[in-house]
Amino acid sequence: MNSTRNPCFIRIRGVSKLFGDFVAVDNVDLDIAQGELFSILGGSGCGKTTLLRILAGFEKPTTGRVEIDGVDVTDIPAYDRPVNMMFQSYAIFPHMSVEKNIAYGLRKDKVARAEIAKWVDEVIELVQLGDFRKRNPEQLSGGQRQRVALARALIKRPKVLLLDEPLAALDKKLREHTQFELMNIQHELGITFVVVTHDQEEAMTLSTRIAVMDKGRLLQVGEPKEIYEYPETRFVADFIGTINTFDGQVSAVDEQHIHVDCETAGGDLLAFNEHELKPGDKVCIAVRPEKIFISREPPENNEDIRVKGTVDDLGYLGNLSLYRVRLESGKVILVSQQNRQRSAKRSIEWEEQIWVSWRPRSSIVLVN
Amino acid sequence: MASLIQKDRLWWHITVLVPYLWLLLFFLLPFGIILKISLAEPILAQPPFSPTFDDTGTLSITADNFAFLFSDKLYALTYLKSVIMAAAATICCLLLGFPIAYGIARSQPRTRSLLLLLIVLPFWISFLLRVYAWMGLLGNYGVINNFLMWLGITEQPMQILYTDFAIFLGLTYSYLPFMILPLYATLERMDLDLVDAAMDLGASRTTAFWDITWPLARAGVIAGCMLVFIPAMGEYVIPFLLGGPDALLIGRVLFDEFYVNRDWPLASAVAIMLLLLLVVPIVILQKNQARDAEQAT
Amino acid sequence: MRKQSRFILSVLAFGYAFLYIPLLSVIVYSFNDSRLATVWGGFSTRWYGELFRNEQILDATFLSFRIAATSATLATVFGTMAALMLVRFGRFRGRTLFSGMITAPLIIPEVITGLSLLLFFVTIQQWFGWPSQRGFSTITIAHTTFSMAYVAVIVRSRLSAMDQSLEEVAMDLGCRPARVIFDITLPLIAPAMVAGWLLAFTLSLDDLVIASFVSGPGANTLPMYIFSKVKLGVTPDVNALASLFILVVTVTLFAAWFLTNQREKKS
Repeated sequence: MNSTRNPCFIRIRGVSKLFGDFVAVDNVDLDIAQGELFSILGGSGCGKTTLLRILAGFEKPTTGRVEIDGVDVTDIPAYDRPVNMMFQSYAIFPHMSVEKNIAYGLRKDKVARAEIAKWVDEVIELVQLGDFRKRNPEQLSGGQRQRVALARALIKRPKVLLLDEPLAALDKKLREHTQFELMNIQHELGITFVVVTHDQEEAMTLSTRIAVMDKGRLLQVGEPKEIYEYPETRFVADFIGTINTFDGQVSAVDEQHIHVDCETAGGDLLAFNEHELKPGDKVCIAVRPEKIFISREPPENNEDIRVKGTVDDLGYLGNLSLYRVRLESGKVILVSQQNRQRSAKRSIEWEEQIWVSWRPRSSIVLVN
Repeated sequence: MASLIQKDRLWWHITVLVPYLWLLLFFLLPFGIILKISLAEPILAQPPFSPTFDDTGTLSITADNFAFLFSDKLYALTYLKSVIMAAAATICCLLLGFPIAYGIARSQPRTRSLLLLLIVLPFWISFLLRVYAWMGLLGNYGVINNFLMWLGITEQPMQILYTDFAIFLGLTYSYLPFMILPLYATLERMDLDLVDAAMDLGASRTTAFWDITWPLARAGVIAGCMLVFIPAMGEYVIPFLLGGPDALLIGRVLFDEFYVNRDWPLASAVAIMLLLLLVVPIVILQKNQARDAEQAT
Repeated sequence: MRKQSRFILSVLAFGYAFLYIPLLSVIVYSFNDSRLATVWGGFSTRWYGELFRNEQILDATFLSFRIAATSATLATVFGTMAALMLVRFGRFRGRTLFSGMITAPLIIPEVITGLSLLLFFVTIQQWFGWPSQRGFSTITIAHTTFSMAYVAVIVRSRLSAMDQSLEEVAMDLGCRPARVIFDITLPLIAPAMVAGWLLAFTLSLDDLVIASFVSGPGANTLPMYIFSKVKLGVTPDVNALASLFILVVTVTLFAAWFLTNQREKKS
């Protein structure tokens, strides 16, 4: 990463998009830095694709402006923007060979023939399509089509490459492999990537930063770790990974901690007071399954939060074991433990009385 | 058990044989007969053509009818005129039908089904009555002339009905839906991302149309053109009702040759020639459909 | 989501006007009191009344309907059989010839089909003495031959889209192949058969050229009657007849459209 990169390479200000009465994108402000691999994450219909199409120039925002590299591009049509897109369907032109597909963008820019040939060679090398350049699209596998789409979008050296669900059409094995390839190519070329995806795992591994969207609004923007460990809203906490939540009311506040009275936990839960809360405030305590310990004996550390329960169900996944634990209140929570020891026996069985515990630091406090 | 299997087999044979025999008898055999009569000589008898085998049992056929078709300029001109008329109507249908099909394919799903219904609807109304409707529009004191005179554009009614232009209008009008439907089918299943992708790569709206939409609609264009051209070539009703007395198109010449001149062998030869003329477009159409079906799977 | 360009919208408007203005003008003039079809003589429905008193029209209509119903039924049966053959029976000897014969009537000009059938009927009459008279039976045979092609196309596309495993399930559950066709296949392609029947019926009712060739003296179908009248020019009672046609077709199609739309909305 070079240190002179522009932190506001893409600047989105107050962008909204309405289709009739339907608000697809709702007043979005967002800055994306040069050279970032930025993901927009959300469920279907959350407006992420519309936002991407606004960046590409296929949709004009109803209100707001979009700047790329200091230039206001809001009124510039797609074909004049320094931006290229890789479509979810890949949109490979079925009546052109691989080579023709890739060269299309340069041909439209009236680049000299020799120049085009040179660029095509280079980009074909980059995506390792050498053996397929004369083929027709219907002779390609899903992975190869993805590479053609990528090469075709990269050949114009766009300032920004937009990728709409770049891996959704591939099977699981290929997806993992391609993920790392995409990251390598991005690193090598230094082009800013904006990826739209519904797959949180994909977003976590690929991205330098993630924006979570729901109902047209940006809920949280941050590095993968921030989003996962410090979600700001219940939607984000729920959408990224799995989480256990306890609704309650702040009962006491001391120097560092808050005590939250949660009926479903059968008592007070301890958390750090990061939001300057007062007694009586309604909050939600959330805790990730892997942050919870499970034990037969009561945990010794008094600082820890401890709750009694019974094992309702358990599943062995190889690297992990998953437990569904029924607390005394009747609430069922999810706990995951790494299987550190090699053993064919289970340490904890069905219907066993156990304790779950976690550090106060692991409690996420969600306000509203 | 054996009898059950036999019963199944019987059903199988009936299903295979009935339509097969029907087509052999009522479709293929009549074509053989046309061919046979086209090689006979017209005689004054009932039926008015010479038998294929004469009294002594020797084969008696003649190519005179075909020779006559080639020697008489009238027939050459008739064929040429039919081709030109059908081609003009085809081009006009394409120019009009493509934007219409495009507009329907790109409209909202709800309006789309209504627009399609309105394209299909004339199909179900009698062809003859639809052609007839134009007589009322184009006549010397028809709707169009009355309107023009009311506007003061013309003093005297213009002669539109019973001209070649009226035939051309009638052909375009009657066969326009045949152009729109196959075009719509190809345009509707086209991936719109392709056009976006082209524009993303620097093609303007117009360039993207010629680079992507047009070549991908090729199958629909070919199907539509053939579906208009082929029936327009053999059209009888439209030249008869809308064209002048000298509007000699093949369909009409065939009919006249048969009923007015009662020259059955010559009429048969005209039909064979028409069929030969249509072999090329029919083969193009069949190949196109086969390729299209292959690509769809 | 995409806006239509102004060019497309104006061509759409022009195209639909082109398709419908002739029909509308016929409807308007059908209420013209004047005997001269081109001069407006005030509003009247007298031509509709006259239509129902014209025995020639009523006879021709009755004959046309009889032919249409018979030939549509035959065409549906044969066309369905043909489609079953082509889709389900795999390769058999003469398949290419058969599929050629079944699709040819779709594209061969009517004048050729008509002429060839007439010459055929004349020839076999010479040989076998049948048909002694050309009329209902010959027109029905001719119409069946060309409309079974349309039925076959419709049923065939429905059959190929059908999930073949349904038939395999039935066989797996102990159903013999012949039974499968009646228990599973036919009920599933029934909508296509109905559509095919309606199309065949309309085609038969609509046909002028083939019927003119293969009918004999005295047998006039409705289109033949209309043609003999309009050869001489526009007449007010044909305007009324055309308007009735347009009305019936429009109401039927819109009702069908509305019903399918309703059903789609529910599901």
